[in-house]
Amino acid sequence: MKNKIIHAIFDDEQDVLSVVKNLKNQKFIVNEVYSPFPIHGLDPVLGLKETRMAITAFIYGCIGLAFGSLLIYYIMISGVGKSWPLNIGGKPNFTFYHNLPSFVPIMFECTVLFSAHLMSLTYLFRNKLYPGATTTSPDPRTTDDKFLVEIFYDKKKEDIISLLKNSNVSEINEKDEV
Amino acid sequence: MHKESKIRDPLILGNKTYHDITRDIARPVEGKANKYWWILFSLSAVLMLWGFACMAYTIGTGIGTWGLNRTVDWAWDITNFVWWIGIGHAGTLISAVLLLFRQKWRMAINRSAEAMTIFGVAQAALFPLIHMGRPWLAYFVFPIPNQFGSLWVNFNSPLLWDVFAISTYFSVSCVFWYIGLIPDFAMLRDRMDKTIAPMRKKLYTLMAFGWSGKAKHWQRFEEVSLVLAGLATPLVFSVHSIVSMDFATSIIPGWHTTIFPPYFVLGALFSGFAMVETLLIIMRKVVNMEAYITIKHIEYMNVIILFTGSLVGVAYITELFMAWYSGVEFEQYAFLNRATGPYWWAYASMMTCNVVIPQLYWIYKIRTSFVATFILSIFVNIGMWFERFVIIVTSLHRDFLPSSWSMFSPTFVDIGIFLGTIGFFFVLFLLYSRAFPVVAQAELKSILKSSGSEYKK
Repeated sequence: MKNKIIHAIFDDEQDVLSVVKNLKNQKFIVNEVYSPFPIHGLDPVLGLKETRMAITAFIYGCIGLAFGSLLIYYIMISGVGKSWPLNIGGKPNFTFYHNLPSFVPIMFECTVLFSAHLMSLTYLFRNKLYPGATTTSPDPRTTDDKFLVEIFYDKKKEDIISLLKNSNVSEINEKDEV
Repeated sequence: MHKESKIRDPLILGNKTYHDITRDIARPVEGKANKYWWILFSLSAVLMLWGFACMAYTIGTGIGTWGLNRTVDWAWDITNFVWWIGIGHAGTLISAVLLLFRQKWRMAINRSAEAMTIFGVAQAALFPLIHMGRPWLAYFVFPIPNQFGSLWVNFNSPLLWDVFAISTYFSVSCVFWYIGLIPDFAMLRDRMDKTIAPMRKKLYTLMAFGWSGKAKHWQRFEEVSLVLAGLATPLVFSVHSIVSMDFATSIIPGWHTTIFPPYFVLGALFSGFAMVETLLIIMRKVVNMEAYITIKHIEYMNVIILFTGSLVGVAYITELFMAWYSGVEFEQYAFLNRATGPYWWAYASMMTCNVVIPQLYWIYKIRTSFVATFILSIFVNIGMWFERFVIIVTSLHRDFLPSSWSMFSPTFVDIGIFLGTIGFFFVLFLLYSRAFPVVAQAELKSILKSSGSEYKK
């Protein structure tokens, strides 16, 4: 089984990009890259799929819009509004669509409110970020100026080491268990 | 990697490495506060406490402690409210709109601008709250199921739109701010030594939410930032449009105009940027961010101030023209009274500070000078306060019935509460500058190679 790990530490994001590309070409397993900032162009090289965060935002926005509309419909038109008819500015509250223009601001705000908050919660949930969680990064310098590439292997260790040594690596740390 | 033209001025000065950026941003948090910080903090705290005392007096005695009267029944508090909301606009504009336009200079200033937004909106929210007279009943403004005899809020009212707009704006700004802060808290967490500062290590560990900088997390981070920016941009425009509708949907001459939403939004951006400059010009010195908040950043902001200031000037003139062109004598008188009536000095201050003085930014030497910018930004802050005062008070103090014409003058309580919010704002901002990474360092590191000065050679 692939139960051994190499942690290769780099000083520059361009070296990370090229080394991950080379490792992937030779079918080595690059498990994770830890970096202090997003490295552009790394996602396709690592084989990460596109994130679906924007889709969730759209869905939450639709829920927010529906919630806002129903809230207003109940309070102003159908439920409370029926037992307490109002005539504001010459616009009686019999129908939703006749009053729609003055309902638009709150429907819009509800859309944004739901979309932004629920997407952010989804983001925290998917990344397993919560107050009290501890970092999973093997090296604390990865939030400062170091880039860490985590490689899984069971054999051909020398090949990996030599590939890394040809590519500006600053440190190579080996660990035994996963 | 993204390349940038060599002609473009660098955004990060000096021979910086990634580690230097980390160290520079962490320094104010790890070090001790200097003398100036303590002086500023004490002054602000005194002002804040005085403001709280005035608020307590208002709540204990009643709104009669203010200078309001039957004719001018809405003056000082709403002026301050709109002023603070306006200041709260630049933060989200800088982070959201400039992110959508891929303006990299935003990265050095967005964190502080967002902090300013949140603290500014918090000050703004205080005014309607205390004007309620019984602030413990503030939850009445929300549509909650209740047993008061089906007493529900009115969704046709711009005041309710305001409740929704401002609470959405405040909470979304907080979330936007915090999502960006997580990687930077993680940086501080990883630098803290458990043996030297155990409490701080714990605190930043808690606030960093266990961030570790994995590739997938960064991918989601960027997407979430982009989508939040996309949501926050129309939100910014909606919030101040809705604030302006508090006035525009009424039938008071001087308020009842369709130009209000864009005019208020521009004014808000104008005053928001001025306040960002006031704060950052001081902050870059106090916490040593000279290499990151450069004259180039200030110049870019000055160009926006010049642009929005000119548009605000056009709006003033359009208002005058429309009052004349409408042929409605009440409308005409409202504007004549603004410019030449008993409050002419407020109108003149507004015109000078907002329209004439920002035109000095056409001069290259002035818009690339820290001292000049600082002075001009103070003028804009004052001018924008007067703008709101002019709109609100001069439209009300001479209404349709000359027998009820009246003047407004603030009492010490009015002034005390306003000064108190300024103190409160600075207390929050000063605490922020000591406990938070004041520059978005993770983002800044990503542009070091395209915009750092030694990489540009």
